[in-house]
Amino acid sequence: MNNKVQLEQVNIHFGKTHAVRDISMTFPEHSVTAIIGPSGCGKSTLLRSINRMHDLVPSARVTGKILVDDGDIYDRGVDPVAIRRRVGMVFQKPNPFPAMSIYDNVIAGYKLNGRLPREEADEIVESCLKRVALWDEVKDRLKSNAMMLSGGQQQRLCIARTIAVKPEVILMDEPASALDPISTLKIEELIEELKERYTIIIVTHNMQQAARVSDYTAFLYMGDLVECGETKKIFTTPEQKQTEDYITGRFG
Amino acid sequence: MMQSVTYRKMKNHLMSGLMLACTLAVLVPLGLIFFHILKMGVSSLSLDFFTHVPAPTGEPGGGMANGMVGSAIMIAGASLIGLPVGILGAIYLSEFGGSKVSTLIRFAADVLSGTPSIITGMVAYTLLVVPMKGFSGLAGSVALAMIMIPIVLRTTEEQLKMVPGSLREASLALGVPFWRTSLKVTLRSALSGVLTGVLLAVARIAGETAPLLFTALGNQFWSKNVMQPMAALPLQIFSFAIAPYEDWHRLAWGGALVLVTVMFALSLTARYFGRTRQAG
Repeated sequence: MNNKVQLEQVNIHFGKTHAVRDISMTFPEHSVTAIIGPSGCGKSTLLRSINRMHDLVPSARVTGKILVDDGDIYDRGVDPVAIRRRVGMVFQKPNPFPAMSIYDNVIAGYKLNGRLPREEADEIVESCLKRVALWDEVKDRLKSNAMMLSGGQQQRLCIARTIAVKPEVILMDEPASALDPISTLKIEELIEELKERYTIIIVTHNMQQAARVSDYTAFLYMGDLVECGETKKIFTTPEQKQTEDYITGRFG
Repeated sequence: MMQSVTYRKMKNHLMSGLMLACTLAVLVPLGLIFFHILKMGVSSLSLDFFTHVPAPTGEPGGGMANGMVGSAIMIAGASLIGLPVGILGAIYLSEFGGSKVSTLIRFAADVLSGTPSIITGMVAYTLLVVPMKGFSGLAGSVALAMIMIPIVLRTTEEQLKMVPGSLREASLALGVPFWRTSLKVTLRSALSGVLTGVLLAVARIAGETAPLLFTALGNQFWSKNVMQPMAALPLQIFSFAIAPYEDWHRLAWGGALVLVTVMFALSLTARYFGRTRQAG
């Protein structure tokens, strides 16, 4: 299997804080890789570096190489906007645009960047909402405000909005941690389906979730990559004592 | 030690009474002013008042139409200058700021909004009236814009800062460039709050008299050319009120009533927008 995303000696600093230390790892195409670890271990920080979200934080400094399809996204002359179109992101708290309808939220990536012909828009809205299994729940009220939806529905709407712009990689930052168990289950089923088309990298501090949805798992601790490999192996026969302690709930 | 219920109730009533008295102390003068203006001014309002220029001294009738039109033109001109500068400046401060330059701009804006408006008028006089060798509506607009800019700048900045970062991130993560995000997501989300600030700023400059004294100067006749001296409602009220003619006094009362009503309406509209924001 191809490696879609590859990290080479990635270090991330915020001012004087060294948040991510010298991490090298790969994310195979059309698979789900989970990044786990205790709070503050740098997993979200690492995730956000993969679509250059740190560019907005003046004190943040990313060094090393992050390759998407063999191209370093931190190379001079690479447009972060173009990178973010290829590497989409779903956030911890559902964040639909509050001033927009359900319909407009799905095509927000197009509307905010210009115009979109009506027929094309209709088609994108229907297919994306169907893929996140939200279509049947909202097809009669596409024009109502997105904030009317429940938290779980909002999060699936955000995923629909992300896949609408046809990314190659989807980053998910604890996408179900603000949701109830049923909604969480729906999101997990969705992730399973989405990996056929996309490469998914998910940060979670729910280890059962990592075990359920991911093919590969990386364990981070205090900014260091302790261990990474196939999820089955990490959860059954980890090589590092630290990984085992964390997974069995002895700390973290 | 426990105080008796009666004692605590008494204290409660006393304090509530004091606060009520304070509220009344603010409201009563406002009410008195408004009703007095209404009483004195309502008789001068007629169709002529809104359609005619002031009659020559000694002749009855006449109106303040030129002053109202002049005020409208100068307020529009001031908005044309002040709103883009204020709003774009606020986007800079809230979205791109954080540097020493932003601190400097904020400080300058605060100083500017605290500057007595007569000084603002003098600045416009020096910058425009003197080089152009004449009073003009344009100079009046510029003076008003200088009052407007810091108000719009700071209120808009506050509103933009209240937009949650998660919305900016959502937009950026969809591959929307930062500048588009600032305009179409951040500013759009803060729009009703920004509008409230704009309306309050307009209400504020609508009543300004001092900065117009030596910029627009005033005009007894129709004046729609911004390069010429221009009439303005507050200026007319001022000059008519101190004139020794009974007719002019009546006009001044009418003008005051119109001005107060316009400002009242603007504030109410601003409040309405402020409220819908909280509901949405």
